[in-house]
Amino acid sequence: MKRTGAQILWESLVREGVTDVFGYPGGAILPAYDAMLGYPIRHVLVRHEQGATHMADGYARASGKVGVAIATSGPGATNMVTGIATAMMDSSPIVCITGQVGSKLIGSDAFQETDITGITLPITKHNYLVTSAEDVAPAVLEAFAVARSGRPGPVLVDITKDAQQASCEVDWDAARPNLSEALDEALPGDGDARDAIALINAAERPLILAGHGVMLSGAEREIVALAERGQIPIAVTLLGIGGVAAAHPLNLGMMGMHGEAWVNHAIQEADLLIALGMRFDDRVTGNLTTYAREARKIHVDIDRAELNKNVRVDVAIAKDLRSAVDEWLPHVVAPGTRAAWLARIDSLKGDSAVRDIQNLPDDGHLYAAHVINDLWRLTHGEALVVTDVGQHQMWEAQYYKHNRSRSLITSGGLGTMGFALPAAIGAKIACPESEVWVVVGDGGFQMTMAELATVVQEKLDINVAIINNGYLGMVRQWQEFFYDKRYAATPISGPNFAKLAEAFGIAAATVTRRADVNDAVEAARRLKRAALIDFQVEQEDSVYPMVPAGADLHKMIRRPSPIVETAAD
Amino acid sequence: MLHTFAVYVDNKPGVLNRVSSLFRRRAFNIESLTVGHTETPGVSRMTVVVDTDEYGARRLEAHLYKLVPCRRVDNITAAASIARDLALIKVAATGEARTHVMQLVDVYRARIVDVSPESLVIETTGTEDKIDSLLEVLRPYGVVEMVRTGRVAMARGASSARRSVAPPSRPAPVAAESGGDVSHGSV
Ligand SMILES: Cc1ncc(C[n+]2csc(CCOP(=O)(O)OP(=O)(O)O)c2C)c(N)n1
Ligand SMILES: [Mg+2]
Repeated sequence: MKRTGAQILWESLVREGVTDVFGYPGGAILPAYDAMLGYPIRHVLVRHEQGATHMADGYARASGKVGVAIATSGPGATNMVTGIATAMMDSSPIVCITGQVGSKLIGSDAFQETDITGITLPITKHNYLVTSAEDVAPAVLEAFAVARSGRPGPVLVDITKDAQQASCEVDWDAARPNLSEALDEALPGDGDARDAIALINAAERPLILAGHGVMLSGAEREIVALAERGQIPIAVTLLGIGGVAAAHPLNLGMMGMHGEAWVNHAIQEADLLIALGMRFDDRVTGNLTTYAREARKIHVDIDRAELNKNVRVDVAIAKDLRSAVDEWLPHVVAPGTRAAWLARIDSLKGDSAVRDIQNLPDDGHLYAAHVINDLWRLTHGEALVVTDVGQHQMWEAQYYKHNRSRSLITSGGLGTMGFALPAAIGAKIACPESEVWVVVGDGGFQMTMAELATVVQEKLDINVAIINNGYLGMVRQWQEFFYDKRYAATPISGPNFAKLAEAFGIAAATVTRRADVNDAVEAARRLKRAALIDFQVEQEDSVYPMVPAGADLHKMIRRPSPIVETAAD
Repeated sequence: MLHTFAVYVDNKPGVLNRVSSLFRRRAFNIESLTVGHTETPGVSRMTVVVDTDEYGARRLEAHLYKLVPCRRVDNITAAASIARDLALIKVAATGEARTHVMQLVDVYRARIVDVSPESLVIETTGTEDKIDSLLEVLRPYGVVEMVRTGRVAMARGASSARRSVAPPSRPAPVAAESGGDVSHGSV
């Protein structure tokens, strides 16, 4: 039976197990939209195509499945660019489908023509320009295979309007992807498991650095087994949060620019770093020339190009993390020296607890850290939290203790403001049973708040906590520390967020005192539809500790202690 | 140091662009890049020369493998290999100078492929050094135009058969077009 390219597109998606797509129609994708009605797929109408890509991304991160976004040619496609780059940096598997002008018009600057495959070439794993109905199925099926294979990432399929309209027979067997095996073939010079095991068992002060790869490879259990067997403490990256339960006694917490002070000190004192599914980003290493100078290094990553990139390592293993660690496990032992190392790390905690804003007396101000801590307590640490980018993102990472894998979704590599609300929509649709909280700044929220309409149209029970400090807070903090408090373009106004939410038909509250946090959060939780809380917090608070960009990892700016004196007046 | 890669790619539109874009994106500087057909239908071979260190070369190899149309990469820098460059050199030579130029062409085992009253066109194949040196001796006579292919290279003996590259099994979807047909391109 002959089908149109548009029908083949949907049938390909259904065959890939797709049940939900996020999109926005337009001329060049109209044939595909017309055919969509014949297939069992939920289409979520977004308010901006950037939102569609973040939703697909949030969907993928929450579920581990491939997320799908769809848009028209020209402006529809270019609006996707930020979301595609976000997914690329954080290894999130999404497939973006775009309409393109008719194949005869390509290159002619036709109405709404853009070279989207050219534009997205450096921010996709791969992309396709499909100009005939025959090529639709092979391209779409291969796109899914590429998106989820190896190190996951975004793939774009640009389909001309005439390819959607033309008809042909499909041979589904012949259309099956046939990716070159070369992709996975081991190259000479690969590190050896035996070398890794020898280093691990000989180390006196080993430390595991766990990243996003733990979740992407499904190695949560293996990592904990490795830590327990060898009595090796674990530090996590921002995207590694949740991969190891925060409550696990060997989990020290987050490393890096806003990591815990003792974690960064432990990295600097370690004699072995076991880096698992992380990529030594500059936000976690600080100054590379003084980074972990005492340590031998083992690095496991499925992407060979990450090995020996920022940090030279002793054993580099390009392999799926789970199978790599699995191979080590039976051989790992815990030498007697480990107890002393764990005790040493404990002593590094020093005055951290005293400096912690949680332990300072209530001075009547509402601090973002308190809001997050209360949110953690009231949701029993079980919510799926989606954060935006800025100070609130770091406070969430510090004060919401995630025990579950994939329970924190945040834009790490690209740091995309405006990510949280749309990504949360995708996450909620992927995991309808999860209690979803958006933690977002007043700045970032205003970038994509139009998606509140999507929340309402799709009847989603999503809770939004705006950490409203009246500033582009993280940038203000840099200005405070490094630019002499010259607050150029960082004070930001906003609407009355509660009234705005109400205008969308969303229940809302405004909270200015800590005493009111409980009731507002509980009310939002009870409500089985969307709710928004505007937390008006201390305006000029800063995130501590902080390793200034490029500084030595152990040279952190600490919270002036006690804070009460500076903030109360 | 200079690293020479033999890169086997599917011969599809846009592939040259993907490869050159990768080098640009990752801040590697291409010294020379040539492309042509191979013994396998549908597969093209690039010879790419890049100035980088050993770690850079490994990472580049890894990045190339991540390109979907890339089938195989060989770093043949250390392997015993034959590298050749082809040049066409137009020299303005008349009268006595012309005789001198023709003697030099003989010494260098180059060939004269075009003669006009005002000039000669010389064709030469060899290592880059040999061509550089020929160019040096011709310069005083007036080199008016020159074109070089850039380096093509091949490992000696049977070593390049380390892994064979199978032809594409089906007409895969057209990859994004922006770089032209690789089999005719050269950067
Ligand atoms: C799209 C985008 N533009 C600019 C930035 C730079 N930036 C990083 S954090 C930040 C401030 C965020 O302000 P807000 O959303 O209010 O969060 P806060 O830091 O106050 O918690 C800015 C502007 C960015 N990360 N993303
Ligand atoms: Mg703010």
